[in-house]
Amino acid sequence: MGASQSVRTEHEFQDVADRTGFSLEQIGNLNKRFRQLSKNEETLSRQDLASISALDNNPLRAQIINAFFDKRNLRENEAGTVQVIGFEEFLMVMSHFRPAAMHITEEEREKLRREKLRFVFNMHDTDSDGTITLEEYRRAVEELLSKAGTIGQETAKAIADAAMLEVASTTRGKMEPDEFYEGITFENFLQILKTFDIETRMHIRFLNMDTATMRCGK
Amino acid sequence: MSVRVVLHSPSGSRSFLERGLLLLVMLIFLEGTVLTLGAASSPDISAQDNTGGHDHRGIAGSHDHTNYTYTKKAFPVLSLDYHHIQVPFEISLWVLLASLMKLGFHLIPRLSSIVPESCLLIVVGLLVGGLIKLAGEEVPPVLDSNLFFLCLLPPIILDAGYFLPIRPFMENIGTILMFAVVGTLWNAFFVGGLLYAVCQIEGTYLSQVELLPCLLFGSIISAVDPVAVLAVFEEIHINELLHILVFGESLLNDAVTVVLYHLFEEYSGAGEVTPMDVVLGVICFLIVSLGGIAVGAIYGILAAFTSRFTSHTRVIEPLFMFVYSYMAYLSAEMFHLSGIMALIACGAVMRPYVEANISHKSHTTVKYFLKMWSSVSETLIFIFLGVATVAGPHAWNWTFVSVTVILCLVSRVIGVVGLTFIINKFRIVKLTTKDQFIVAYGGLRGAIAFSLGYLLDKDLFPMRTMFLTAIITEIFFTVFVQGMTIKPLVDLLAVKKKQEAKRSINEEIHTQFLDHLLTGIEDICGHYGHHHWKDKLNRFNKKYIKKCLIAGERYKEPQLIAFYHKMEFKQAIELVESGGGVKLPSAVPSQVSMQNIQPKKLPPPVAERALPQFTKGREEEIRKILRSNLQKTRQRLRSYNRHTLVADPFEDGWNDFLLKKQRLIELEKKMSNYLTVPGAIPDSPTMCRARLASDPNAFYNIKASSDGVPTIQVDLASPQSPDSVNMLNEEGREGADRDEDQGLMMKPAGKGEKGEEEGGNKNPGLMRCLSDPGPSNEDEEDEPFLP
Repeated sequence: MGASQSVRTEHEFQDVADRTGFSLEQIGNLNKRFRQLSKNEETLSRQDLASISALDNNPLRAQIINAFFDKRNLRENEAGTVQVIGFEEFLMVMSHFRPAAMHITEEEREKLRREKLRFVFNMHDTDSDGTITLEEYRRAVEELLSKAGTIGQETAKAIADAAMLEVASTTRGKMEPDEFYEGITFENFLQILKTFDIETRMHIRFLNMDTATMRCGK
Repeated sequence: MSVRVVLHSPSGSRSFLERGLLLLVMLIFLEGTVLTLGAASSPDISAQDNTGGHDHRGIAGSHDHTNYTYTKKAFPVLSLDYHHIQVPFEISLWVLLASLMKLGFHLIPRLSSIVPESCLLIVVGLLVGGLIKLAGEEVPPVLDSNLFFLCLLPPIILDAGYFLPIRPFMENIGTILMFAVVGTLWNAFFVGGLLYAVCQIEGTYLSQVELLPCLLFGSIISAVDPVAVLAVFEEIHINELLHILVFGESLLNDAVTVVLYHLFEEYSGAGEVTPMDVVLGVICFLIVSLGGIAVGAIYGILAAFTSRFTSHTRVIEPLFMFVYSYMAYLSAEMFHLSGIMALIACGAVMRPYVEANISHKSHTTVKYFLKMWSSVSETLIFIFLGVATVAGPHAWNWTFVSVTVILCLVSRVIGVVGLTFIINKFRIVKLTTKDQFIVAYGGLRGAIAFSLGYLLDKDLFPMRTMFLTAIITEIFFTVFVQGMTIKPLVDLLAVKKKQEAKRSINEEIHTQFLDHLLTGIEDICGHYGHHHWKDKLNRFNKKYIKKCLIAGERYKEPQLIAFYHKMEFKQAIELVESGGGVKLPSAVPSQVSMQNIQPKKLPPPVAERALPQFTKGREEEIRKILRSNLQKTRQRLRSYNRHTLVADPFEDGWNDFLLKKQRLIELEKKMSNYLTVPGAIPDSPTMCRARLASDPNAFYNIKASSDGVPTIQVDLASPQSPDSVNMLNEEGREGADRDEDQGLMMKPAGKGEKGEEEGGNKNPGLMRCLSDPGPSNEDEEDEPFLP
């Protein structure tokens, strides 16, 4: 089954290229890598990604892997996760990391920002309810500091609390003692990261990949 | 880099009078300086001294100079011996002059906003030089190359290197290197070559200028000067990217300049350069730059290692850093390696480890000393430039000078545009035309060029004076014309300015988050890119290097936590300085409290809404600061010992406290059941204390404990368990279910604080706090510490 479809036509790639914005060369490279990771099958599962040894040192390993299988990142407006993804979905997720083109309008830049920040937001918002609650934020910070040993755990809570306070005060201003701030919505998220130039920071150089010389995930 | 002095003037007329008086004083001082300095350089001073000494004797009998028998003379009550202290006196006089000038400029606000400081200082130098000349004395050759390279330049470079923002520097290192190496080479050859061509033209009377001296001149004049760039860019507050590009270029082109200079100087004698020499030159360049960096890195690591052991001698900590850096510079200069790169490398390598090791006070000391020295150095350099201009000697040649100025501009523009075209193919964030213009326009020349020219041998280079004149003209042109116009141009072109916003904790979290995310994605793509290597370097750093170089257990502390603690620390300090909790600094989100974001459980029985709320960490800090402040005052009254600083319990205990906080949590949990005092206290004792703390008069009357407050006897010898604490509990409240989620309420009793501190028995720093006996009992107790 897999072998017959292993040669994609140019036409299909072009279609994908238009939709995700990658160049044909980049798609070719990514396809090679996809094949490598999925061991030449059509779909990629969580185990395939989890087997990449380089990810072991990464504190955000679980979240990153989950992000690939999160339906929200696959441009489907529904919540939940999928079990396996195909090459197109793989590209969809990767397209969040394309760099910004040199001459783009303000509108496009804003759109790009929203897209990238949405990806990060989705990574924090694990229960897909549209807001990052205190618990979720705490967990995110804890994960981030998970490699720091015992020092990290208590301070992680304090850091998350402080960050949450900051968001609340920036976005809601003065609050009565009885009011309750449910969580960070996407709009709030945009607001607090206004000065964070994510459109220039969140990118990977896809051109320089040379999958042939890479060791296969070992 | 310039330290701005702000004068608070109470009212308009009085301030005018003050300013007028100060200016008058400075003018008189200037006059006196000029005369002294001028007179000092004249040869008949020594005779003057002798006669001066003799004049003050009461009884005659001075005619027996040649007679060696001892004749009794009157005891010289007062004598003038200028020669004795001449050199240090002159140095101090120059430094004082420079500082007063700097002070003076800021009294005239409009002037400093139109004209950059560097221009004003050069003008002052010109004035001083002119005055000396008018007074008939010979102008001292102040901008001596030795003095410049060994004394004046290192502080500025060290300041720049130590505070170099590593992240943007490393992100743009490719661009910076391109500009520094290729750009400077292009400039040197373009200017040198075309100058030679121009010199060969009939009618300029310059045909005796050879190719190699021209190329040498080109290499001297083409290097962008870090001092001038810093001085001008400091004031225009341009965005970080452009700043680091121009500044980084000015620092890194030193290696190129050194190699070119030595190469052409050596072979100007021989008259020709073979391809072999060129190859050697390239190898030399690599050795000079990499060697300089290596030397700097070695000294940096030595300094970091030394700082690991300085916890008992905090006073001399800053000294180590300065001396190691200076040694790095001198060692590099010894081998004719690039001293500037050595200094930069030393500062940059040393910084993360040293900052983790040294005390807060030492850090402040280092920061302020560096700023102070570099500021004074910069001022002196510009003044000396002015003086040296007046001193001459000059050989003005219209063609040469004007062609130089034009060619420098043209070559800079072409170089920048051409290089950007190539660089933009590899950059993600492309450089726009505006950026290119600023980079080109910001290529200022400065005193390094002059000093290099000054070093030229008179015999080998008969046209040295002409070179010097041209160099000075170019410097003046760039500093005055470009320096003055760059600010309005930046505004006109609407170039992005520096973001003044404070780094928020959310941004910091997401910076770290993004780093890890991108590393992970790169790993998934199988692409060994920037993030991958950066991550590897970080892990290597953490695993091996930090363990060696950082004292105690702090090496395990990740960056996010360090940032968070720094932020909390700052906020706590601000809180205390602002005079208590009633008026919170703007950084603290006072309108929103933890209750607003906590999911609601039982409504807390205690109505503590009236009080501003703090996170637990901040609470701790505030208490510690208050405690140590009180303690410090008492100790300040006692003794002054030059050799030791007062042991700072806050400082030393702080680090251990953080690490051992884990163990405190358990104890605190148990204690909290006993310690929560109910009832809304409108003015909590902590608030009261805070207000007292800010009131200086109250310090002397504060008593650590009074009768009204429940006291805790701390039994040090007993095992650490909550049962060993004896407490007078005013209102026991066993049921107060204080689970952690509601933990951010200010516990308003002194007991609460003491109880928690008690739990930190293991913490030596805190024990010092607690064991301080307080002011001696003879002191009058006007009011109890706590109401």
